[in-house]
Amino acid sequence: MSKTPEQELKERTRRSLIGLGAGAVVVVAGAYWIKDQPDADEIPQALRGVLNFNEKVVRAALFSDRHLTKTYPASAIGKLKKNGDFGMEDKIDEAAWRLSVGDKTLTLADVQTLPKVEETIDFKCVEGWSTVTSFAGARLSDFTAKFAPGGSSAEYVGMQTPDKNYYVSVDMPSAMHPQTLLAWEMNGQPLTQDHGAPLRLVMPVKYGIKNIKRIAKIEYTNTRPPDYWEEQGYDWYSGL
Amino acid sequence: MKVLEEKHKLATRWFHWINFPILSAMIFSGMLIYWAYDPYRIGLGSITLFHFFPNWFYDFTGIGQQLALGMALHFVLAWIFAINGLAYVIYTLVSGEWRALAPDMNSFRDAIQVAMHDAGFKVPLPPQGRYNAAQRLTYSAIIVMGGFSLLTGLAIYKPAELSWLTAALGGYEWARWEHFWLTMGYAGFFLIHIAQVIRAGWANLRSMVAGYDLVDSHE
Repeated sequence: MSKTPEQELKERTRRSLIGLGAGAVVVVAGAYWIKDQPDADEIPQALRGVLNFNEKVVRAALFSDRHLTKTYPASAIGKLKKNGDFGMEDKIDEAAWRLSVGDKTLTLADVQTLPKVEETIDFKCVEGWSTVTSFAGARLSDFTAKFAPGGSSAEYVGMQTPDKNYYVSVDMPSAMHPQTLLAWEMNGQPLTQDHGAPLRLVMPVKYGIKNIKRIAKIEYTNTRPPDYWEEQGYDWYSGL
Repeated sequence: MKVLEEKHKLATRWFHWINFPILSAMIFSGMLIYWAYDPYRIGLGSITLFHFFPNWFYDFTGIGQQLALGMALHFVLAWIFAINGLAYVIYTLVSGEWRALAPDMNSFRDAIQVAMHDAGFKVPLPPQGRYNAAQRLTYSAIIVMGGFSLLTGLAIYKPAELSWLTAALGGYEWARWEHFWLTMGYAGFFLIHIAQVIRAGWANLRSMVAGYDLVDSHE
């Protein structure tokens, strides 16, 4: 006995609604499964896993140290916000400041023996805003070649403030990018303490959260050093 | 004598019903991100008619202080949004389904008649296929917008490595602005879409779920 078109439609509708309902259950269950997973630094493990996968895709398919970020004329320079003073709550005695790299202890004058590079780039905050800013300093790649020979063969660079309250780690290719600077000038003036005097990291291939101010220590290592904002739930790579 | 007629292919229905929760989640996680820097408004000079978004809206929806989670969700779900959308576009082109969807020379004129008819004016409806002219225009626009959401999103996500794309879309700040207004476009579309679905009734909604409807036999 063949079904009438009405019966056929009813049957199809019933099956489709069950399918749709089952799909909805799967989606909701999946969302709870992700949510209830143990956190990996403030976000569910599954999300962290995909962020790490995204990093692999970007590093394999997109990143190149020949990809330079856009540079701007001086007329485009805006007013860069301070936006946070983690690791810089107190004033610093700039004359007494030293930079520690491996077993070396350097003064600012030591760093300034390197070729000075100036760049006017769009400084991008993870919050979504950006400000065109000019920085001058030494390429981290030049610094590494002179003060930490062989350092660039490590996988990571780690940096921290004198009080160790702010710290970042970055992948070596981004650290060796030609626009990555250890800067001591901003917009033609010596760095102010708000902006990281005496020496800060500037890397336009990363969000501002990686551009650590008031650097006291630099290390080259194959074990990933801790990263302040990764611990707060942000993507470790944070590459642009 | 009534017969069953296929209204929407199984694949189309899958793409549609996968896209609905994913796009919703993309909009939600996008809002978590936008909250951290929310400069957009409707206004001119010092006069602001509406700021996106007022504090009562953030309070009401619980959006706020969740930038890290928002970014993580957005960059995870973007894969599903992109893959589902690209698969749909490829399917629609290859299967020839695009013919029922793409607007033609008459669509703009006909769409005005449809809109006036739906708004209550005594205007006759022009002849239509599976979709009327207003639907053809709107649905096609939504698909193009989806493509632009993907492109503007990539331009904001990797403005250094994809600097050519960011530049082509007007730069980093413009790309973010475009990404935001495309999203507002979906929100507007959603309201009208839901109103029209309610108006069209159960048989129409059922055809998007089960794929079929009863029609008079032409024999």
